[in-house]
Amino acid sequence: MNIPAVAGRLALNRFVLDEERPHIVVNQVLAKSTGTAERIIAVCPAKVYSWAADGTVAVEYAGCLECGTCLAVAYPGALEWHYPGGGFGVQFREG
Amino acid sequence: MNGGGGAPVDFDVIVIGAGPAGLMTAHSLARVGRSVVVIERGEAVGSKNLSGGIMYCHAIREVFPDFLDSAPVERLIARNVLVFGTGSGHVAIDYADQRLSAAGTAVTVLRARLDPWLAARCEEAGAMVMPGLRVDSLLIEGGRVAGVVAGQDELRSHVVVAADGVNSFIARGAGFRPPPKMSQLGVGIKGVVKLSEAQINDRFQLAEGQGAAFSITGEVTGGIGGGGFLYTNRDSVSVGLILRLDDLTAQGGDSSVLFEGLLANRFVAPYIDGGRLIEYGSHLVNEGGQAMMGDIVWDGLVAVGDAAGLTINTGLTVRGMDLAVGSGIAAAKGIDAALAAGDATAQGLAGYPAALRESFVGQDMSTFAKMPAFLENPRLYRDYGQLTADVLRGVYNLDLTPRRPLLSLARQAVRESPVRIRQLLADSLKAVRAL
Repeated sequence: MNIPAVAGRLALNRFVLDEERPHIVVNQVLAKSTGTAERIIAVCPAKVYSWAADGTVAVEYAGCLECGTCLAVAYPGALEWHYPGGGFGVQFREG
Repeated sequence: MNGGGGAPVDFDVIVIGAGPAGLMTAHSLARVGRSVVVIERGEAVGSKNLSGGIMYCHAIREVFPDFLDSAPVERLIARNVLVFGTGSGHVAIDYADQRLSAAGTAVTVLRARLDPWLAARCEEAGAMVMPGLRVDSLLIEGGRVAGVVAGQDELRSHVVVAADGVNSFIARGAGFRPPPKMSQLGVGIKGVVKLSEAQINDRFQLAEGQGAAFSITGEVTGGIGGGGFLYTNRDSVSVGLILRLDDLTAQGGDSSVLFEGLLANRFVAPYIDGGRLIEYGSHLVNEGGQAMMGDIVWDGLVAVGDAAGLTINTGLTVRGMDLAVGSGIAAAKGIDAALAAGDATAQGLAGYPAALRESFVGQDMSTFAKMPAFLENPRLYRDYGQLTADVLRGVYNLDLTPRRPLLSLARQAVRESPVRIRQLLADSLKAVRAL
């Protein structure tokens, strides 16, 4: 079977994007000093997090699957993460 | 009647989250005449809900005797396969039994279909279901939960039910539940692969309407605590991994790459060959067992289902939805009694934990309490599949050298593996005790 890369897999899902209110905010200083950055980049099944060219952690919150794994492995305070507002975010058609 | 003698209420009960736990709580309460609203953050009921896909359904069938005929279930499980992957092949236990499907023990489900059906049953019973609204926090007055805050709105009730899933933000946000440890959580990653009904029947050797559940351990997780699964839906297959977070982060594992490896795995790939991936999702899984439960009742608040830490992973079966259903029924019992007595304090709601303890949920949580510690043993994921394969190789690999008895082959396989006899005996004993 042809296995699409993560971006292609996410494109199969329906997302309702809340452009005005990102539901994820990274505390860049804490994320780097605590190792949270490496952890969340590796652990996220949707590849929401990546290293930006300027050395900060970039966040593609639009493709978030809302599992909460990043928050579970983050150092307390390094990541502000809550569910998107009602009706926003991923909308599973199969589940 | 007033909750704590304060302002009048909008509903007797507000349920946060339209999954099986919340919906069964709401259904049971609406059926006895309580006013109930279920608030769901997804655009539609079911749109945020994801599970591996096996639902053990005796509990829900007691509430809905027509469940197997009327609910949108995918297939009746008639075959369970346990697979230990090794570097060069696999060893499997394949248990197919018509008695399982005849008894209607377990079904595969897709939650975007099942949960709207449950919500419709709730509405028929008189509950109100409000999707598209996120509860931001609890309304706390005089030290007790008096309702919920959603955007600009406050809604008041005598009792709030936190049925908001594994992240349990509602109870955690108010400081009622501690955040779980990494060893108590796994990340589940699932793909749904479209195939025809006939292809699935052929490949999995199933009669029409019957389903298979494959549980795969060993090399598919790259030695990380956890396992893979392959479940048949009517005309699709759910394929995924559960990876324990402590192990995954300690080994720096990339979950999306491990998922790709699962789909390409030599055992898994033939089952999904020629299929088309139609959805990709992830969801946390409680792995801590009974130790994760803790408090589930506070003044004006109860937690049910995943939000109460209710999951059982025995290594052979992973159960959540049946426990969610059972806890919803038990919570409704306790809440109804509290409302009748006009006492929605933790003490007034004590009928819920009592009913839960007496039910199959409490009993099974207690029976399998030692399982999470047992499953933390890395030898389960790294060594035992290989060891079994090495013993069997000695049996089947006839090469003109004189044959040796099985016991001697086993001794040699253990000698050559990293596992020590003492560990093997200790682990066997622990397995028997934990199961």
